[in-house]
Amino acid sequence: METLFAWILRAVPFGTIILYGAAGEICTEKAGNLNLGIPGIMYLGGFAGFASAYLYEKGAENPNMALCVLLALLCAFAAGAVGGLIYSFLTVTLRANQNVTGLALTTFGKGVSNFFGVYVLNGQTATQSMVYKTFQTRMPFLSGLGTVGQLLFGYGFMVYAAVLLAVGMHLFFTRTRTGLNLRAVGENPATADASGINVTRYKYLATCIGAGISGFGGLYYVLDYNQGIWATTGQIEALGWLALALVIFTTWKPLNLLWGSFLFGFLYWLYQFLPNVLGITVASYVTDLVQMVPYVVTIVVLVLTSLRKKREDQPPASLGLSYFREDR
Amino acid sequence: MNNAVEFRNITKIFYKVVANKDISMQVHAGEILSLLGENGSGKTTLMNMLSGIYYPDGGEIYVNGKKADIRSPGDAYALGIGMVHQHFKLIDVFTAVENIALVMDRSSRFNLKQVYEKAREICSRYDFQIDLNQKVYRMSVSQKQTLEIIKVLFQGASILILDEPTAVLTPQETEKLFKVLRIMRDEGKTVIIITHKLHEVMEISDRVAILRKGIYVGSVRTAETNESMLTEMMVGEKVSLNIDRPLTDEKHLRLSVRDLNVVNPEGIPVLQDLCFDVFSGEILGVAGISGNGQKELLETIAGLVKPRTGSSIIYYPDDDRDSTAQELIGKDPKTIRDMGIHLSFVPEDRLGMGLVGNMGMIDNMMLKSYTRGTGPIADRKAPKRLAVQIRDRLHVVTPSVTAPVRTLSGGNVQKVLVGREIAAAPSVLMTAYAVRGLDINTSYTIYHLLNEQKQRGVAIIYVGEDLDVLLELCDRILVLCGGKFNGVVRAERTTKEELGLLMTKMADDSKEGGKKA
Repeated sequence: METLFAWILRAVPFGTIILYGAAGEICTEKAGNLNLGIPGIMYLGGFAGFASAYLYEKGAENPNMALCVLLALLCAFAAGAVGGLIYSFLTVTLRANQNVTGLALTTFGKGVSNFFGVYVLNGQTATQSMVYKTFQTRMPFLSGLGTVGQLLFGYGFMVYAAVLLAVGMHLFFTRTRTGLNLRAVGENPATADASGINVTRYKYLATCIGAGISGFGGLYYVLDYNQGIWATTGQIEALGWLALALVIFTTWKPLNLLWGSFLFGFLYWLYQFLPNVLGITVASYVTDLVQMVPYVVTIVVLVLTSLRKKREDQPPASLGLSYFREDR
Repeated sequence: MNNAVEFRNITKIFYKVVANKDISMQVHAGEILSLLGENGSGKTTLMNMLSGIYYPDGGEIYVNGKKADIRSPGDAYALGIGMVHQHFKLIDVFTAVENIALVMDRSSRFNLKQVYEKAREICSRYDFQIDLNQKVYRMSVSQKQTLEIIKVLFQGASILILDEPTAVLTPQETEKLFKVLRIMRDEGKTVIIITHKLHEVMEISDRVAILRKGIYVGSVRTAETNESMLTEMMVGEKVSLNIDRPLTDEKHLRLSVRDLNVVNPEGIPVLQDLCFDVFSGEILGVAGISGNGQKELLETIAGLVKPRTGSSIIYYPDDDRDSTAQELIGKDPKTIRDMGIHLSFVPEDRLGMGLVGNMGMIDNMMLKSYTRGTGPIADRKAPKRLAVQIRDRLHVVTPSVTAPVRTLSGGNVQKVLVGREIAAAPSVLMTAYAVRGLDINTSYTIYHLLNEQKQRGVAIIYVGEDLDVLLELCDRILVLCGGKFNGVVRAERTTKEELGLLMTKMADDSKEGGKKA
């Protein structure tokens, strides 16, 4: 039982990181842009958020905690959005190949973040800083309510924000005009255009905002999951790819993120906790094999949705294609 | 009478091809106007400029007497112009209501229930039978079209443009559509309908405007005209092109097509009960409004499309001798090709079928020969010789035979395509739109090539758009109308008007005509 609780406490923060990454990517892909730069964007967000809060705290005489958190969030979002802007400019305005651009952005984001991460932060950690503490702050009162309270409320505020985000995105896509228009752009830009929707604007905005949201994933990783340490962030990239897999797993529906992301978290940590739960010992080299399970699950989902051919489960019809009105 | 729309000196050019040239015409308020013209006469282009898809390169558009600058479909909506495109602009995974909501007034509150109510009202007013909560991908073609019309009406459009609305409808559905259009006209709306079908023009419209090769020919009141007069305006005076038509002595049966029936993936018949013969040493032209089964016909013969059971295509490789005759249906494309039946199809985008744009001439030659020879390494010498030979003989202008073919001009690309098929010494050569978009000189080179093949005893099937060319180049012309056989005529004995009529109007005794061929 103990192990299971520990497992959940590990899986939820993990799931939250990829929930942010995938939520941003769903927003982007709904506009027909396949942004494979999410891993790089999560790097950018993580670095910018962390570095800005860290420098502010070090530099200011009387650092304000709320301001510090806000700054971290804002910078993470902005850095991600800049990544999205680069992507949009290349793929929407210059109509470059989306796959190539996305992959380049991943490499770019990782490189830039690591360079400045080492240069600016110089291996510093923020474990003692305010911003880290705020991100770590558990829900007051509630988290004290025994085991259940621990399991439900024993996380930083960004976990709950992520849940709200997924629900909010669902409502946005299904209930608002902007959401409907956005989906139309991703399904059939020519139709959206003929309906008087500004395709270019929607693509730009969805990609930049989506990338900004993905940036939060990086921030949460550094300041909560990785306990305020920049030096060991090599894992962000793997998580970024997992977020992309999660998008497919959810069949582009934000509500599915709510369980999909945490399921991925569970599966990812399977290797450490399952042997304990079952009371067996497993050789260490099996670890990597087990960490593969989320991807396997994604492939299974792909196979199943392809077999069922249900139109609602398919990716946006014009995903990965650029649009030019006077194309003949 | 008030003009709902007035075009003044409208010109539109696509990559040096003039689609509309100096068009000035009026659309009166409260009328149904038919816009008539052959393929590529610029009808859709002109209307796309009115609906904001394209922007004119020259000239002005006046809507309701005021100069209009229509830069986007949104601008067109604001002016009360709505267009139902030939390829529906609908989102498949949305419901009908959601599709309608896409075009709702942006200033009003977003409320799907309200949209539903208003759409319901429109449906009952015009007697549309449609489930507004159904997803589009579950709808039939005619339901989709109805939805498109509801969309346009929903925006309160007063000028309605329909691009070949009846092409996908059954006669009953067409009748229903016309009823709706008449109600709209009686309500004071202006309707522009693009069509090729003469009897529909006569039935539905008040006035007919005719375009020919991007030029406005004129307009007539429907009551004061008849079908042959319209055909004449549409196809124009016969132009003498002085294309050679060498006579060949020996003609042998090569292909015999019987009861050919093909349905497209949507289940709609595209070719019905086609019967005809193809002879060696002869060019058989295929005439028809585009999309009337020409492509499917060639693809079926080439083995790319599977016809319905009961169809038969017999190939006689050895002059008239029945003993060597072979049934082509059921054979795969490569086998058919190896038997000497070659297809050179020039699609609208030219490269789409047959050539790979990023590869050079040599590699494109290899596309058809890579299976030859033994061992894992393909032979590049023979394709290279062939590429050089084609370049020199057909005067292909290219920096080198390895330069990617997409960098070549359209004419040169076509020479490569046709040249490759001819080089394989086929016994049946099928070519579609071989001179599409080519200048005069290059076109003549292609005609000359085809004639050379004909004199060598090749049976040629030539699908073309230009009636003048068909009349001068071909020996016989097979006419398709709505995917059905509508007669075979001898090119030297027929007239352009007769061809035009055959293309647009089904002869009553079409079956007998089939036997005659």
